[in-house]
Amino acid sequence: MWENIKEFASTFFVTGDPLIYGADVSIALTMVAIVFVLTKYKKWGWLWREWLTTVDHKRIGIMYLIASLLMLFRGGVDALLMRLQLAFPNVEFLHSDHYNAIFTTHGTIMILFMAMPMMFGLFNMVVPLQLGARDVAYPFLNALSFWLFMLGAMLFNLSFVIGGSPDAGWLSYPPLSQNDFSPGPGQNFWIWGIQISGIGSLATGINFIVTILKMRAPGMKLSQMPLFSWSVLSSSIMIIFAFPILTVTIALLFLDRFAGAHFFTMDGGGNPMMYLNLIWMWGHPEVYIVVVPAFGIFSEVVATFSRKKIFGYKSMVWALMAIAVLSFFTWAHHFFTMGTSASVIAFFAISTMVIAIPTGVKVFNWLFTMFRGRISFKQPMLWTIAFIPCFLVGGATGVMLAVAPADYQYHNSYFLIAHFHQVLIGGVVFGYLAGIYYWWPKLFGFKLDEKLGKWGFWFWNIGFYVCFMPQYALGFMGMTRRYYTYGWDRGWADMNLISTVGAFMMGIGFLFQVWQIAYSIKHGERDTTGDPWDARTLEWSIPSPAPFYNFAVVPTVKDADDWWATKQAKANGTHKEEPVHLEPIHMPKNSGIPFIMSLFWFMVGFGFTFGWVWIAVLGFIGVAVCMWVRSFQYDTDYYVPVDEVRRTEASLGRVL
Amino acid sequence: MQQMAKHHDHGHGHDHDHGHEEHEQLKVLGFWIFVVTDCILFGSLFATYAVMMHSFAGGPTGKEMFELPGIIASTFILLTSSFTSGLAVLAMNKGKVKEMISWLAVTALLGLAFVVLEVNEFAHLMHEGVTMGTSGFWSAFFTLVGTHGLHVSVGLFWMVALMIQLKRRGITPVTRRKVTNLSLYWHFLDVVWIFLFTVVYLMGVM
Amino acid sequence: MTQHENHGDHHNHGSLKSYVIGFILSIVLTIIPLVLVMNQMLSKTATLITIMVMAILQFVVQLFFFMHIREGEKPRYNVQTLVLGLVIVLTIVLGSIWIMTFNKY
Repeated sequence: MWENIKEFASTFFVTGDPLIYGADVSIALTMVAIVFVLTKYKKWGWLWREWLTTVDHKRIGIMYLIASLLMLFRGGVDALLMRLQLAFPNVEFLHSDHYNAIFTTHGTIMILFMAMPMMFGLFNMVVPLQLGARDVAYPFLNALSFWLFMLGAMLFNLSFVIGGSPDAGWLSYPPLSQNDFSPGPGQNFWIWGIQISGIGSLATGINFIVTILKMRAPGMKLSQMPLFSWSVLSSSIMIIFAFPILTVTIALLFLDRFAGAHFFTMDGGGNPMMYLNLIWMWGHPEVYIVVVPAFGIFSEVVATFSRKKIFGYKSMVWALMAIAVLSFFTWAHHFFTMGTSASVIAFFAISTMVIAIPTGVKVFNWLFTMFRGRISFKQPMLWTIAFIPCFLVGGATGVMLAVAPADYQYHNSYFLIAHFHQVLIGGVVFGYLAGIYYWWPKLFGFKLDEKLGKWGFWFWNIGFYVCFMPQYALGFMGMTRRYYTYGWDRGWADMNLISTVGAFMMGIGFLFQVWQIAYSIKHGERDTTGDPWDARTLEWSIPSPAPFYNFAVVPTVKDADDWWATKQAKANGTHKEEPVHLEPIHMPKNSGIPFIMSLFWFMVGFGFTFGWVWIAVLGFIGVAVCMWVRSFQYDTDYYVPVDEVRRTEASLGRVL
Repeated sequence: MQQMAKHHDHGHGHDHDHGHEEHEQLKVLGFWIFVVTDCILFGSLFATYAVMMHSFAGGPTGKEMFELPGIIASTFILLTSSFTSGLAVLAMNKGKVKEMISWLAVTALLGLAFVVLEVNEFAHLMHEGVTMGTSGFWSAFFTLVGTHGLHVSVGLFWMVALMIQLKRRGITPVTRRKVTNLSLYWHFLDVVWIFLFTVVYLMGVM
Repeated sequence: MTQHENHGDHHNHGSLKSYVIGFILSIVLTIIPLVLVMNQMLSKTATLITIMVMAILQFVVQLFFFMHIREGEKPRYNVQTLVLGLVIVLTIVLGSIWIMTFNKY
């Protein structure tokens, strides 16, 4: 009996690796610490009421942000481990299986469990405030989206401790990801972690489309809407059309693994290449999904910190919408070398080049906005200015890759790796960081320290180039991706070492940011006005942090950059003060169902991962019960009485 | 803090009702968008089926195994259920709760018949040794047709929940919206079946 | 009270007549392809095209007669989403067939 348990444990838990043991210990200790603190300070009730059951978009946004920063840490550690292994030839720090698992989790985490939640965090924190709305269209669904993401991410992260991480790359191409080459739960963790959080993503897409189309403050025409909100609309449109494809594709992979299907097998009529076709139909829009909101952030930041209206608003909107549609017509450029026909390749090469055009338009517009503006180099602006040359190079190498015959040389080399990291880090990460620095005071009531931020910024910015520019060279020198080691005779040693140094510089940059957050909680400059940057859009017209109902009085909007216009009018003495008429505010009630339903989805994923179908069935039943219960709930809203609104506003320094 | 204001007064009259209407319309739009995403889901499954349409791997073909009579029956049953769900909505517009619930019940029974026929079809195929693992073609078949059947089953579950709510609460802006969404879903499933019937079964036997 | 009712039914119009017509059209549009296929009345290509066209027509019947696509509040975001969605579905299906055919051209 003891033998059985020991044998089960040795396959169930990941064994034999000191690094993993060390990480397991830290995870266990952290969990114990959290439980201890919550119990000691009697905060379980608070946790349930204020966070686990919240439907407040601002709270949900903060939770997304925290989760994404934790995942940035894990994905970053993965990156540093890889760079350590590659710093010199013939390093024996990580053996090949371990290396494979690390690059797989690095990619999966960074895109799906870091970038997506950070993006959703920004959507949630900002969009309703920017639109003059009191919440998103579907607050309950919003909470459900978050918990599905969270439990999906937890499931994926569990593979590190139990069962083993997936190791077939961040996109799990078959045949490698099939049962014959990847038996065991690792690959299933990948499938179910993504599947569950993917449902959340789809729901968020729907939520924000309706919020933006239907819940803008009265008077705010679409043509006056801030560009960040336009970018969220564009991204959400891509989300709703792309994610169902992902759902199907990885479900089919699971059926291959679990039910002996022959979708992507090498025998029985299957075709592994169909997987690439399908997964990239999602995968290409996905990268635009994450970069487009970064573009939106840049538009806000550039305008605010140049103290100038954005140049070419209409063409900016056009570009965002064009990218949304075009992104669905370029996917085959991810597999030019797979072996499809020449006319297919030609079409997709051209469509890929075409999609660079609207992005180029945007870059010019940002530059024209800065021209003759009064620029202040606060942190959001630093990140924005850093983005421009970085993304430019990344985009240019993208066009190089689009030249299909040339791609036959570049494909899956370090040239490719350098390209996508350049656009993802230079575009997405720099953009989201700019957004986080920009909107942080609105959410938390204090600014993040400038000095520490500058240290972090320069380490990141310089570190990036030190890490990735050598990788373009390595690509030209023939170094292929996903190599876990290489010999001295290759001549790749110098560039790899430089690249590793750069990676660690970015790591140091991240540490500065962690220090910066911790320091600023106590010593950061408090935001007492609600408008610390003297900005242009509606979210800056309310106190920081915003009260739970956002706007005591729903604003009536007359102009684009309405808050700026109001401030100008006040300065001119031409502002007409509207009499304040408070009404009870309609708000949604908290609910425990999103959290509980997500736990049941976790059970489904967990059960299927290990092939314990009864657990999965129980999980499905739990999900069905939650949906049934929710369907019968009619008492889901309440009204905030006027005097509570008045009191809350007063406590935030606004007398109405 | 948010829970302090537990009761709210309903004495807002027409404006309050208007707010409810807009609130409900918001949920109808969201549901439409969801239905479009479901179209993408089925589109991906159709694409997979189309690519694997001839991937029999030397095994049994669709033509050999499909039995059209049952499928024809299923088709007319589902189509009729789509019609009866429309009759339920008409009754709702006339404020006739009992008639509405009756038509929903007929719709549900027809839907149940559809599911039973499909389960029977699958059981028969498996009895003949044709399963998900037989070949790429059959994997695609069972997944595409089965996903539709699952959607119908979920619809039935939803329909029962709604019938109970209608019985308890009658026709209100909220129940009206729920029925609108359900009927939209049900018609959507019939549309998917039309293409399934055409592409899988009709093209399969040609 | 009456105002409330007015607001209530400006979606979901449709009369018994339109539902019955829709139902009958759908039946006809189902029977035609069935007869064509089972009796092999046309060439393969012609049959294929005809049954696809019938399916699309039936889809349109559903949209207009059952799903009331012409009504609903403006702006017609639902219709715009549907149109874009259909474009994407066509791209997915036709794109996949094109890419996976591995023809010389």
